[in-house]
Formats: sequence, C-alpha cells, structure tokens
Amino acid sequence: MPDTDNAFQAALSLILGLDPTLLGIVTLSLQVSLAAVLVGALIGLPLGAALALWQFPGRGLVVTLLNAFMGLPPVVAGLLVYLMLSRAGPLGGLGLLFTPTAMVIAQSLLVLPIIAALTRDHVLTLWDEYREQLHSFGVTRLRAMPSLLWDARFALMTVILAGFGRASAEVGAVLIVGGNIDGVTRVMTTAIALETSKGNLALALGLGLVLLGLVALVNGTAYLVGERARRKLG
Amino acid sequence: MFRYRRMVSTLLLACFLAAPQAAAREQHKERHAARYIVLASTTSTENSGLFRAIIPPFTEATGISVRVVAVGTGQAFAIARRGDADALLVHDPAGEAQLITEGHASQRAEIMVNDFVIIGPAEDPARITAAETAIEAFAAIAAAESPFASRGDDSGTHRAERQLWRAAGIAPQGRWYRALGSGMGPTLNTAAAMDAYVFTDRASWAAFDNRQDLALLFEGDEVLLNQYASLLLSTERHPHLKHELASEWHRWLLSEEGQQAIAEFQVDGQPLFFPSARSDSDDALTPTDPNLSAISLHLIRKFTP
Repeated sequence: MPDTDNAFQAALSLILGLDPTLLGIVTLSLQVSLAAVLVGALIGLPLGAALALWQFPGRGLVVTLLNAFMGLPPVVAGLLVYLMLSRAGPLGGLGLLFTPTAMVIAQSLLVLPIIAALTRDHVLTLWDEYREQLHSFGVTRLRAMPSLLWDARFALMTVILAGFGRASAEVGAVLIVGGNIDGVTRVMTTAIALETSKGNLALALGLGLVLLGLVALVNGTAYLVGERARRKLG
Repeated sequence: MFRYRRMVSTLLLACFLAAPQAAAREQHKERHAARYIVLASTTSTENSGLFRAIIPPFTEATGISVRVVAVGTGQAFAIARRGDADALLVHDPAGEAQLITEGHASQRAEIMVNDFVIIGPAEDPARITAAETAIEAFAAIAAAESPFASRGDDSGTHRAERQLWRAAGIAPQGRWYRALGSGMGPTLNTAAAMDAYVFTDRASWAAFDNRQDLALLFEGDEVLLNQYASLLLSTERHPHLKHELASEWHRWLLSEEGQQAIAEFQVDGQPLFFPSARSDSDDALTPTDPNLSAISLHLIRKFTP
C-alpha cells in the first residue's frame, strides 16, 4: 500500500509545513461547520425541548419528520439551498450563492434535525422524571425548559458534537452551494474530493488524516471541558 | 435558576463580542469582493491547473478576481441559465449555440483548443493503436467488447464521446460499456481500477497521477479537436450579473496577453492548451488566422511525442 504510506508522509508535511493554503482551508472548514452547529443548536435545542414539553395536534408527525430528516442526504440539502439561493430562486436577490454563508445555511439544515431530535429524547426523559415535582412547585413549562436543558447539558454536549461531526464530514452540500472555489469556498472535504479526482490519492488521504485530527481535536476539547465541569459538580 | 441565568448571560456576551467582529469581516470582504466575477467552467481546465496560471496575470492587469466554479459543461449551462455565473468557459459548440439561441448567452468567442485522446490498458486488448481514425478505434473497442468507462454525465467530453459513437454507427450498450455518471477525474480513477478504455481530454490526462496500467493509445485524428469558448451572458435576460467585469475578462482572454498566458501554460514541459482566438460576433476582433484551429491541431501533434 504505497499510497497509504505516502498519505502519512503527505499529512505530516502538510501539518509541519504550515502551508498557508491548507491553513486557509482548515480555518474555513472550522468556521463554516462551527457556525452551522451554532445555528443548529440555537434553533435545535429550544425546538427539541419544546417538542418534548408541549402536546399539540400533529406532534407525532413533526417528530417523525424530524427523525426522518436526520437521514437527509447532504446532496439533497445542498440542492434545496442551491435552488433557494440561485438567482432564479426566491432568495436569489441576496446574492449568497457560492459564498461561505450559503455553506453555513446548507450545513445548518443538516445539523438542525439531529440536534432537535436528540434533544427532544433527552429532555423527554428528564421531563418524565421531574414533571410532578416541577408541577408541585408551580413551575410552568416555559420556565422548566431552560432548567431541563441545563440539567441535560452533558448529554447535549454529545448531541452537539454529533451535529459537528455531520457538518464537518459532509461534502455533497458544500460542493453544490459553495462551488469549491479556490481560496473562497474550498473546505477540507471538497479539497479531498478534488485531489481524489486529480488522482493525487496520497495527498487526498493526507488531507483526510488532517481532517480527522482536527475533528478529534474539537471532540477532545469538548470532552475535557465536560469532564472538568462534571468533576466540579462533584 | 442562577446557573441558567449565568449561562444565558455568557451566551449573550459571546454573541455581542462576536457580532461586531463578524460585521467588520463582512465589510472587509465587501470592499474586496466588489470586483470579482463568478466563472462557470469545466473540470478539465481547473484540474489541469490552467486557471492558476492565467487568472493571476489577469487579476494583476485589471484588479478583477475570478472565482472559478468547476463543473461539467452540462451543469455549467444549467448554472448560466439560472443566472448564477457571470461568464462561462466551456467546450461544447452545440450546447453553446443552443444557449445563444435561447437568449441566455449574448456573445461567444473561441479562445483555445486542445484535443481528446483515447486512453486504455497498456496491453491494448482491442488493438486500437492500429486504428487509422478515432471512429475505427471506437468500433474496435465495441467489436472486442472491451470495458469502456464513459463519463455518462452530459459533460462536454461526454457529448463529444457520444458524437463519435453516433459517427461510428454504434449504440454502445452491454456489460462492457460502463456509464459512470461522474467527473473526468473519478472516471479516470475508475478506468484505472477496471483496466478500461476511456475517452478524455489531453489536459486532464496530463494532470492525472493515478494512471496504474493505463496509457495513451490513440490521438491525432482531426475529429478529436476540443474547442474551448468563452461565453458572455445576456444583459437583458440576466440584468443582475457583472457584465462589465465579465466582458473585461472575455476581452482579455482574446487579447494578446491572454492568448500568450494560455500558450505559456505547461505541465511537465508540455503545453496543454493552444490559443485560437476567434470571435463569433465580430470578425474584426480576430487577431489571428481563421485557420488557426487546423494549425493548432498541427501544433498539438508536433508537441506531443
């Protein structure tokens, strides 16, 4: 497997060489995926909690749809956002197509269902546990929501990391709405796809290793922060 | 509850800190972004590295940067029809003519040529090296039912390949004909893994690293000429596009500097594109011999071993 050996070499020289192009690509990857996770969490956490706490007609349908959208193929998400942002589409006037903002929107669409659906699960478990108690204190659902989210924070950290994993790993959506423009919308995954298509398999795999390392770094940081908070809690 | 309040305030603080920074970044981008165009082009031009060679001198001369979205020619046309690109650089004369007839494109100029080649397993089971013409080579592959990897993605290369099958009077089908539905690079990767014949342009082949047992087996027939054209989009159909900047790019490609930049681009000492400036709308613009296409083909033969 000469390609695999060369990949480690390629990865190493990419990291040690601090190639400015690579740094730009890595920074953009992180910016886009983290922004998408932020958007996904800001909407998904309250949405998931609300779905757990409130009963309303059609809730089952909403929950089923949300769960189904966890499996939304990135290419389809990309295509939907492309059609919305295209000049011929309803939001074409914004001129967002082929920009990092478009990539954040597409990835948010992928991350949101995961965060909302899994949040709903966690909050529902806690709600079942504390419902009577909270009711007896006269706490309304609206006031209970933030406390329940806070109580589930360690589990929700994992949920958010799952969302980050989905965002940083996908290539189909950002390729369509970003266009893989050199220096403007090229991220790790689209760069890997491009190098593969050029037949530079070792470099492509090397970039893949760098991406893996990056995701591991983000996850490791989250783990450490979580552990410290947990220990502090007793 | 206290903990929750602290969390909210931290979050709000983070937002306040982040917002002005983000806004400043947007403004900064805006200033720089004012002078750029989006160019929809093909994977062959991007993958070969041509744009890295010719865009910097253009940007230096005009201050306009060019954002290349490299897709198949079919998809490039789709992007143009929706008004999502300021200019096109593609290689499908029939499709280009249609885009003009539909009123989406207003100007077309031929800017450079290269040629298509037929790649295949080095041992050449269908014996296409013995063929006189590209059509004979295709017929030999079909007769031997040797595996053939087709783009199958309605790209310019795929359209040229289909035209050759039609000219040979063959409707390619069966287990040997594999329509992959992917770009040039992935198709070459797959062909290398399957030991299949594959129809590609010289630039993509020259820039392709994962060749394994594949080799260039057939080249030089005049029907294999691959004409690249620059297209400008209609101001009436797509008023929002950056027409002035796009026509600066268009004119530069046709200018002496542009043509020279294309001629000077080489991979491993081999030129991959040959300038052939010729404008459809205005013959007076033509700085070079109208027979340049034929001359270029001659040059291609001369420069390739």
